[in-house]
Amino acid sequence: MLVRLFISFFKIGAFSFGGGMAAIPLVQEQIVTKLQWLTMTQFSDLITLAEMTPGPIAVNSATFVGTKVAGLPGALIATIGCVTPSIMIVGILSFLYYRYKNLSVIQGVLSALRPAVVALILGAGISIFKLMAFDDGINYFGIAIAILGLVLLRKFRFSPILTMLTCGLAGMVGYMFI
Amino acid sequence: MKNKYLTLFSSTFYLSSFTFGGGYVIIPLMKAKFVEELGWIEDNEMLDLIAIAQSAPGAVAINAAILIGFKIGKLPGALLAILGTVLPPIMIISIISLFYDQFRSNYHISLFLKAMQSGVVAIIFHTVFDLSLKLLKTRSPLIITLLAVCLVLKLFLGLPVTMIILGCALVGMLSSLVNLPKFKKEAGNNAG
Repeated sequence: MLVRLFISFFKIGAFSFGGGMAAIPLVQEQIVTKLQWLTMTQFSDLITLAEMTPGPIAVNSATFVGTKVAGLPGALIATIGCVTPSIMIVGILSFLYYRYKNLSVIQGVLSALRPAVVALILGAGISIFKLMAFDDGINYFGIAIAILGLVLLRKFRFSPILTMLTCGLAGMVGYMFI
Repeated sequence: MKNKYLTLFSSTFYLSSFTFGGGYVIIPLMKAKFVEELGWIEDNEMLDLIAIAQSAPGAVAINAAILIGFKIGKLPGALLAILGTVLPPIMIISIISLFYDQFRSNYHISLFLKAMQSGVVAIIFHTVFDLSLKLLKTRSPLIITLLAVCLVLKLFLGLPVTMIILGCALVGMLSSLVNLPKFKKEAGNNAG
């Protein structure tokens, strides 16, 4: 169990380029779809918690999934798994950088990865949207709250945390009366 | 000597505790701490370190901590900086995980979480919108084609994440190798 935990989070660490949300589609694929250690609802709760607490999403996920599967040792093993590729690759890149002071090929690879990351994050977003909007019947109220959230973020420049809290409170009150 | 490691640990711990919302928030804070306050790193070098942190896979905050830790105290420094960065989220999420089941079965909290699903959807779509705009603004045919192809591969064909990442990395490597002689020639012309 611990070995599989380590391998899954090693993969998540090794393939999430571009920081932040890039880890989300990988966690979905490895943990929800493949190993089924989390349900889609738990996965969505995990992203909610990760957005509301400090620290990288990958580490938050590692701790959450690790604790669930194998307690505190699980949390530690999963976290070590997701930072190990970083240590190796950052080590290699910084060696190359101090040696040659040139990162142009790496930058080229990186620029080609950005479109992939955007498409993958959108894929994860759509699956959470489906869960929220179409899980049992069409949830018009939930869709309205999501649109409210988008307006707050884009038009009123709310921070993600403030947006989550506003959506959570408004939605909770709304769901109580539906 | 001891003091240096202590400062490294406490700085990364402090920064990680107060950065909500992922890697891009921590970068300016790290810059303020290590360049301006402690004077451990030069301004220009910090820019390069950030570029490396963003190029490597994994969380940007952790990659940046590794680079700064390594510079200050070699491998022990890097490990200490990682520890400082991961400890706050591990502690907070562990405590939440312990109470998650009770938490989830509470009527009000479960509604609150259900409502926040809509919030998560909004944040993800907002991020995707911003990132796509940035990509479209490059007006690079390669980037825009890749975006379209990746969308089809992911949304309609459901290809695995790792395959899409590796495919794009390969395209990026080939295109920069093809462009490399051109860059060199241009640089040569400019010099001449």
